[in-house]
Amino acid sequence: MSRMTYREAIRLALREEMKRDERVFIIGEDVGKFGGAMAVTKGLFDEFGAKRLVDTPISESAIIGAALGSALTGLIPVAEIMFIDFMAVCMDQIVNQVAKIRYMLGGQVQVPLVIRTQGGAGKGYAAQHSQSLESWFCHIPGLIVVMPSSPRDARGLLKSAIREPNPVLFIEHKLLYNVEGDVPEAEELIPLGRAEVKRPGKDVTIVAHSLQVLKALEAAGSLAKDHGIEAEVIDLRTVAPMDETVILASVKKTGKLVTVEEGYENHGIGAEVVSRVTAKGFGWLDAEPVRVAFPNCPVPFAKSLETALLPSPAKIIAAVLSIANPAG
Amino acid sequence: MKETKAKTRAGRGGAAPKRLSARGKAPVAKPERVPVSPQEGLALYRSMLRIRRFETLVNGLYLKGRIPGMSPHLYIGEETSAASVSFFLAKDDYIVSNHRGHGHCLGKGAAMDRMLAEIMGKSTGYCKGRGGSMHIADVTLGNLGANGIVGAGIPIAVGAAFSIAYRGTDQISVCYFGDAATNQGTFHEAVNMAAVMKLPVLFVVENNLYGLSTHIRRTCPTDCVSDKAHGYGIEHATVDGMDTEEAFVAAREAVSYVRKNRRPFLLEYVTYRFLGHGASDNRSYRTKEEEEQWKKRSPVEGFRDRLLSAYGIEEAALVAIEAEAETELANALRFAEESPEPSPEEALRDIFAPSEAVVRQTEVRR
Repeated sequence: MSRMTYREAIRLALREEMKRDERVFIIGEDVGKFGGAMAVTKGLFDEFGAKRLVDTPISESAIIGAALGSALTGLIPVAEIMFIDFMAVCMDQIVNQVAKIRYMLGGQVQVPLVIRTQGGAGKGYAAQHSQSLESWFCHIPGLIVVMPSSPRDARGLLKSAIREPNPVLFIEHKLLYNVEGDVPEAEELIPLGRAEVKRPGKDVTIVAHSLQVLKALEAAGSLAKDHGIEAEVIDLRTVAPMDETVILASVKKTGKLVTVEEGYENHGIGAEVVSRVTAKGFGWLDAEPVRVAFPNCPVPFAKSLETALLPSPAKIIAAVLSIANPAG
Repeated sequence: MKETKAKTRAGRGGAAPKRLSARGKAPVAKPERVPVSPQEGLALYRSMLRIRRFETLVNGLYLKGRIPGMSPHLYIGEETSAASVSFFLAKDDYIVSNHRGHGHCLGKGAAMDRMLAEIMGKSTGYCKGRGGSMHIADVTLGNLGANGIVGAGIPIAVGAAFSIAYRGTDQISVCYFGDAATNQGTFHEAVNMAAVMKLPVLFVVENNLYGLSTHIRRTCPTDCVSDKAHGYGIEHATVDGMDTEEAFVAAREAVSYVRKNRRPFLLEYVTYRFLGHGASDNRSYRTKEEEEQWKKRSPVEGFRDRLLSAYGIEEAALVAIEAEAETELANALRFAEESPEPSPEEALRDIFAPSEAVVRQTEVRR
């Protein structure tokens, strides 16, 4: 194992895959010599040069369209969109082109395309640079949505994403970049489409993804220590397609479900988890499922406001306690 | 040539200039008018005629209620563009088409029978009935797809050109779109990107003067659509799309420019769609007189006359081409009509390419 940050782990995956396959290239704004707005591609330019680290104009639609055109003609693009909020600028290319072209053409093409971006709040970036918009993309047939929570997962999942014959949205979290973790020295591919139990427990199931997995684990620690409640924390890792098997097996055991996400609560990932559990595991539930999410409100700027609306270990603990110790 | 363009205001519905015009204050030398050879002329006529006859058949079938869904966007009147440009493309050159794409698809070599089957929603269609009129393509012929979103194919064509440059082949990428697409952000983003990255892509603007009902005078501030290329510093030309010989020569110049210089070129054909945007469009926004005036310059009939009068071609040769097209159409119609509809079990196929991530989802769902 080597110790590295989430940012370094992503860079490692990119480097390994670019070395392995000359068709892999990176395209986006400031990804070249500058090394990316989040410094993820830093150093790769010196190693791979301008041909494979392609700086573009600020033209999100053209970036995704160009990546798609390349993917259809023999290359494996890794496109970077600086902030997930900017995806709104290129939604047609992602939703109507990238996601659907294989189906519309009756399966004549494959789209080996990765779009890397980052989302999430907590840095005072306000309403247009802090969102968690993953549910938009999970709603669209034809897209795989991956959101790692640890350096090890980030590296292993990104490598799988680059080898995947289908379009993958790889959504990083801006507050995870400096988080350290152990990453195997040897090459590791973590399969897409599989959730992972990050902490086993018997009393309540907490389903989370991305940064909120860390918050859930923190909450689980306190719940065990302060309340004697053993929470099982499930990291979705791939948000779409969702790994129901792991979630259902857990709820069958615990009978209680709490979902945690940074995206807006309405029509969110938690809503999907709750829906699937109630449809397929209704009889196992002995309390109503609870969602912890960002309220339906733009992300505010001031620290006090932003913090007030974000999920937190305290809110997760409160949600668990609300069903773990029902009144009466 | 700049003066000609300004005087005639070609892009805005007047008579189109007869010459390939160049960009900027110091235009490149007037391209030598290379005559169309009789052999080329016959091939070109065959290509235009196939498109005209195919579109006429599709229109008739739609009006008889035999084509499901939205009324197809037909290319009648605009045949010269696809026929001319396609003539100079190799099989491994890429094209990206738009919603009015049957001509582009035929031009790149697609078979009428599988195209018609797709338009009629049959399982034997190019897209197995998943796409329909707006999404037909035979990818093995370098057609990367048509598009239902105006302007959306332009960045995709630039991506194909990027891939060509990356792989270092001598292919080129061609993108067909209408005048109205040049008002979309994707046009500006993609042309800018192609220019700055120096990519081998030919942008073919089929300026038929209308974005559905809205005349180009109300949507485009420049004399020619191709004037927009000035801003991106790329070579461009505006050509009369009803004059098949001019159009053919311009296509030769443009394709050869892109192939040789590995740089983008924007070629505008000023043309006219003889039918509505779709069959349900009653064309109340334009006059019968205007339509008649343009139809008098119909490229298929016009070029046929030219072949007889100026190329020394015997009518029998043209009749043979016409008979061949009719046979092809009849066979295509029989094939499409006799083909089955896709079976309902196929509806969920081809969303994803086979992969572990997706197979797993299918298992869970079952």
